Amino acid sequence: MAETLYERPSVAEVVTAKRGRGGRLHWTDIFTYVYLTLGVLLMFGPVVWLVLSSFKTPAGLIEFPPTLLPLGQISVDVEGYDKPLPLFRATLEDGSVRDLAQVRRIGIVSQMVDPADPETTIKVPIGQREPVREFRLAWENYKDPLERFNFMRYLMNSVIVTTAATLVTLLINSMAAYGLSIYEFRGRGAIMLFVIGTLMIPITVILVPVYLVVTKLGMVNTLWAVILPGAATPTGVFLLRQYMLTIPKDLIEAARMDKASEWAIYWKVVLPLAMPAIAVLAIFSIMWRWNEFLWPLIVLNRSEVYTLQVGLNAFQGELDVQWHYILAMTVVTLIPVVLVFAFLQKFITTGIASSGMK
Amino acid sequence: MQKLVRGLLPVSLVAVSLATSATAQTELRMMWYNDGIEGEVMQGILDRFEEANPDISVTLDVVPYKSVLESLPVQLASGQGPDIARVTDLGGLSQYYLDLTPYISDPSYWQENFGPFLKWLDPQGEAISGFMTQLTVTGPYVNKTLFEQAEVEMPGEGATWDDWATAVVEVADKLEIPIPMAWDRSGHRVAGPAISMGAQMFDAEGNPALVDDGLKAMAQRLYDWHQDGTMSKELWGSVSGNTYLGANEDFANAQVVMYMSGSWQIPQFADKIGDAFDWWAVPAPCGPAACTGMPGGAALVAIKDTEHPEEVGKLMDFLTQEENLAEFYGKTLFIPGHLGLAKGGVEFATDDPRAKHALETFAGAVPTISPIAFDLQGYVNNRIMFNALISRLGEAIVGELTLDEAYERMTDDVAKQLAEKGRQ
Amino acid sequence: MADPATLTMSERLTALVALPARMVFQVLEYPLMLIQRLVGIRGMPWVFLLPNLAFFGIFVVIPLFINFAFSLTGGTQLFLADRVYTGTEQYAYLFDCGNYLDPTTCREDRFWKGIFNTSVFIFFQVSFLVLFSLITALILNQKIRARGFFRAVYFFPVLLSPVVVALIWKWILLRDGVLNAFLVWLGFDKILFFVSPEWAMFWAIFVSIWAHMGFYTLILLAGLQAIAPDLYEAAEMDGTSRERVFWRITLPLLWPNMLVVIVLALIKGVQIFDEVFVLTGGGPGTATQFIVQYIYNTGFTQQVQNFGLAAAASVVLGVVLFVLTMIQLAVTRRRDNG
Repeated sequence: MAETLYERPSVAEVVTAKRGRGGRLHWTDIFTYVYLTLGVLLMFGPVVWLVLSSFKTPAGLIEFPPTLLPLGQISVDVEGYDKPLPLFRATLEDGSVRDLAQVRRIGIVSQMVDPADPETTIKVPIGQREPVREFRLAWENYKDPLERFNFMRYLMNSVIVTTAATLVTLLINSMAAYGLSIYEFRGRGAIMLFVIGTLMIPITVILVPVYLVVTKLGMVNTLWAVILPGAATPTGVFLLRQYMLTIPKDLIEAARMDKASEWAIYWKVVLPLAMPAIAVLAIFSIMWRWNEFLWPLIVLNRSEVYTLQVGLNAFQGELDVQWHYILAMTVVTLIPVVLVFAFLQKFITTGIASSGMK
Repeated sequence: MQKLVRGLLPVSLVAVSLATSATAQTELRMMWYNDGIEGEVMQGILDRFEEANPDISVTLDVVPYKSVLESLPVQLASGQGPDIARVTDLGGLSQYYLDLTPYISDPSYWQENFGPFLKWLDPQGEAISGFMTQLTVTGPYVNKTLFEQAEVEMPGEGATWDDWATAVVEVADKLEIPIPMAWDRSGHRVAGPAISMGAQMFDAEGNPALVDDGLKAMAQRLYDWHQDGTMSKELWGSVSGNTYLGANEDFANAQVVMYMSGSWQIPQFADKIGDAFDWWAVPAPCGPAACTGMPGGAALVAIKDTEHPEEVGKLMDFLTQEENLAEFYGKTLFIPGHLGLAKGGVEFATDDPRAKHALETFAGAVPTISPIAFDLQGYVNNRIMFNALISRLGEAIVGELTLDEAYERMTDDVAKQLAEKGRQ
Repeated sequence: MADPATLTMSERLTALVALPARMVFQVLEYPLMLIQRLVGIRGMPWVFLLPNLAFFGIFVVIPLFINFAFSLTGGTQLFLADRVYTGTEQYAYLFDCGNYLDPTTCREDRFWKGIFNTSVFIFFQVSFLVLFSLITALILNQKIRARGFFRAVYFFPVLLSPVVVALIWKWILLRDGVLNAFLVWLGFDKILFFVSPEWAMFWAIFVSIWAHMGFYTLILLAGLQAIAPDLYEAAEMDGTSRERVFWRITLPLLWPNMLVVIVLALIKGVQIFDEVFVLTGGGPGTATQFIVQYIYNTGFTQQVQNFGLAAAASVVLGVVLFVLTMIQLAVTRRRDNG
C-alpha cells in the first residue's frame, strides 16, 4: 500500500523522461544500477555471511580459506569400534586415494582403517589426509547457550521493557512536543535549548551518576531501572515537535471554538495528525530499548530480571572468545529486528521520509 | 517517585514487580561467570545443597565476565551486590568481603586447606572470606606435533626464553606457520617471565616498583620479538589499554607453535583440539633469576552486605566439603585451590593424555613458583601494575612510544592510580 | 471508516494499538479538564511538559550535577559525601601539557589522543557520510525498479545495535576472515587490518558509515521529494544538462536538509563509542581510542575506578558539545527564518 505513496509524479520521472523517448543512456543511469547492485552486496552481504557462519562448527569457523556453506565432517560406524569414526580422504604411498576412517592419531601419523575392511590398520602421515565433509548446520551453536539459561524469561523481560518504555516515551514525549509546538509562552526557547542540549549527552559518560540516582530510588534489579531513565528522550521531543509545528493552527483554533479541552485537542486532533512521526519514534524507541546493553549490564545483576541482551552475553567468560556462540547469539538478537523490519519496512521508510525531519 | 511511577504506568505492572518476594525461604544470590562448564557443575552441587537445606534457596546469576570486572565494584560500593560472588580481583575488592569465621563450623579446616590463598583475599588480617574455585598457573603450551614434523628438538628442562624463541622460529620457518610465539595480552602473563629475568616488582619497603632491570630485560625481548616476527602484533598490537586478548583460537587452529597462557585453557583445548595435534604444556622457561610462572585464579567470596550471613556460612561450608570440591575440580579440570586435595590428587574427569599431562605439569609447577610471584599475586593493587605494564608496552610495540617513554609512563600510571586510591 | 475487509496489515495493527490507548486518553480527559480549569489555558503548556521535564530532571539533570560535583573530587568512593574535595585538580591534571598539539607531551596523554582521534574520525566520517547519503538519496529518488526494496536495503543497518554491527564486521575483517580470503583469492597477501593504525581508523569510519547512512539518506530523500517538479520541467524545456540541474536546482534547494544531516552527524560523531570499541578495542595502541572510550575506561575498566577524572573529562566533552549545539541552533534558526 505504502508503495503507492511514491507513485505521485516525482522529480526523477521528469528528469529521466529522456529515457522514455528512446534517448541513449546517460552515464548516471549506468552508475545508478552499478551503485545499487554494489549496495545490495555491501549492505546484505555481511549479514548473510554472519548467518551462514553461525551454523558452522568451531572447527569450521577457524578454517582458512573459509567455506561458503557450513560443513561438518562425516563420521562412519565401523565394525569393532564403539564410537563412530571420522572419515578422511587419504592419499596412500602408492598414490592411490581412498576414503578411510581414522582410529587414532599418534604424533604426525594417523592410524586408519577402511570401513569395508576394519581388520587391517593403515598408517597415513597426517599431511596426506583430508576430512570428508558434507553440508551440515551446527544447530548446537544455538541449542547449547539457549539451553543453559532461561531464554523465555529473558525474552519476556525484553518484551516488557521494550513495550513499557516505548509507551512511556511516546506518551510523555508527545505531550511535551505538543506543549512546545502549539503554545507560545515564556520560557519556550529556554526549554527547547535545554532539550537540544541534552540531545547530545551520551549516556556512557554519566553512567555512574545515573546509577546513583537509580540506587536512591530503590530501582536496582527491577525492570524499572531500564524502563524509566531513558524514557524522556530528547530526540523524541525534538522529532515530534518539528512535525507538530507543521500542523495548521486553524485546526486547533476551530477545535477551541467547539469548546474542546486542551487535552482533547491534544489527543483527538493533534495526535492522529502526528501519527507518521509517532510511528517513527515508536520504531526507534523499540530498537533503542531492544538493543540496549551497557546500562542493563550495570543495573541488572539478578537472572530473573535479565534482558535478552544481558542474558545472551552471559556466556562470555574471562578467558575465552567463543565465536561460534557469539555469532549464533548475535543472530538470535537479530531475529526480532528482522521481523519488525519485514512487517513495518514500508511504514518505517515512508514514515521517516514524510515526518518531521524536514 | 515510586508513587508517581505507579500512577503513570498502570500497564504491565504484574510481571515487573519481581523485586521482592515474601516467602519463608531465605534466598541467596551468587554472582558467577563462566569460562567453560563450571557453572553447570556448580549448579549440580547447589541443587544438592538445596535438597539438604529446604529452607535456603540459592540462585546462580550468571553474568558476562565484563560485569564482574566493571559493574560489580560499583554495585558493591553502593551496597547493591549479591551475597556471594566469583571474583578475580581478589585483593582489590577485599574491603567488601565478609569475614566468615563466626559463621563456619570449622575455621581450622579452612586455615589448613586454604591458608595461603586466604591471604590473597585479605592481605591485612586473618579473615576467612572465601575459597579458590580455581587455582591457575601461567605457563606455555607448545604444539608438539609441529616440532615433530619440523624435526626440531624441543628445548628441555631449564631452557631459557631465548632458547625457546630460537626453536619456535625454526619450526615456524620450516612449516610456514604464521605465528611462532603468542602470549596472552595480559600483564599477569608477563609478570612471571619478568620475575624470571630478575624483576623484583617491589622495593625494599615493599612498595610497588614495577620498572627495574629485570622487567626491562623481558620487555625488551617482547618488543624485539614483535619487531622481528617471532610474535604477531595481532594480540598486543591491536586493541588498546588493558583489554585482554588470547590466542587460544589460533593455537587450536595450529597457527601458533608456542602459546604463553595458563592452566585454565586445559578444558577448552581438550574439548576443541582433542587429538588433532599434541598440545603440550611445558614447564615455565627460565631466566637468570628463576623459572617461574604466575599463580592466580578466581575465588568465591562472601559479601559483607549480605542479610543472611548464617546461611552464607552454611553454604560455604557445604561447598568446601572435600567431596564437593573434589567433584568440582575434577569435572571442571581446574587445578585445586585446596591443599589437601592438591596433595591427595583429584580424579580428573578426562581420559585425554594431553590434558592429564598438562594438569600434572601445571600442578607440579606450583612449588617452583618464585616467592616474588606469590607476593605480587597477593598484593592488593597488583592489577594497577599489570594494567600499566600491558597498556604501555602495547603502545611501545606499535610504535607510539619508545620503550624508555613506555617505562616512564608505566611508573607514572602506577603512581597516579595509587595516589588516587590513597585519597580517602 | 473503511470496510474491515480492505484494511491492510499496518492499519489493522494501528487499530489494535489504538483501542486501549483511546481508553487511557479518555479516562485522563476528565482530570485534565479539572486541571485546565485550575491553571487556565496559559498554564496548560507546563502541564503537558511536566512529565517529560520530571523525567529529564531526575535522570538527566540531577546526574549532570552529580557528575560536575564528581569532577571536583578525588578518591575511589562512590558516594559524593565520602569523596575528597580536590577543587580543580582533576582539570589541572587533564590540561597538564607541554604542548597542546602534541599529545605525548601531556601527562594524561590518552585524553588528548582521544580528542585528536575523535577529530580525525569526525572529519572523514561526516564528509563521507554526507557524500554517500547524498548519492544514495539522489539515486533512490529516481524512477527505478523495486525502489521500496532498495530503500529498505540501505536503511536496515540503522536498526541493528552497535554491538551487532561491530561483531558482523569484525568477523569479516579478522586475519582468517572472508575479506582476507577474498584478497588471497585475488592474489594479494593477507592484511592484518586491526594491526595497522590507518586500516583500523579506515574501518572504524567505514563501519559507522555503513550503519548510519540509511537514516541520513532518508532525511535527504524527504528533502528531494519536496522540491517542486515544475522547476525540473522548466530546466528540461531549456535543455539544461543534468549536471547543471543538479548544481543549480537540486543542491541549493536541498541545502537545509543537508545542514540538518551535517549537524546531526557531527553530534553523533563526537559520541562515537560502542561500535568502534567492539570493533577495534581502541587499538592498535591508541589509534582508534576516542574520547568517550577514554572516559569509559577511566571510570570503569581500571582497577582504580577514577570517577573524578572521568567526570572532569566528560565535563570538558560537554562544553565541546554545547558549542556544537549552539552552532546547530544558529543554523536551524537561520533556516526557519529563511
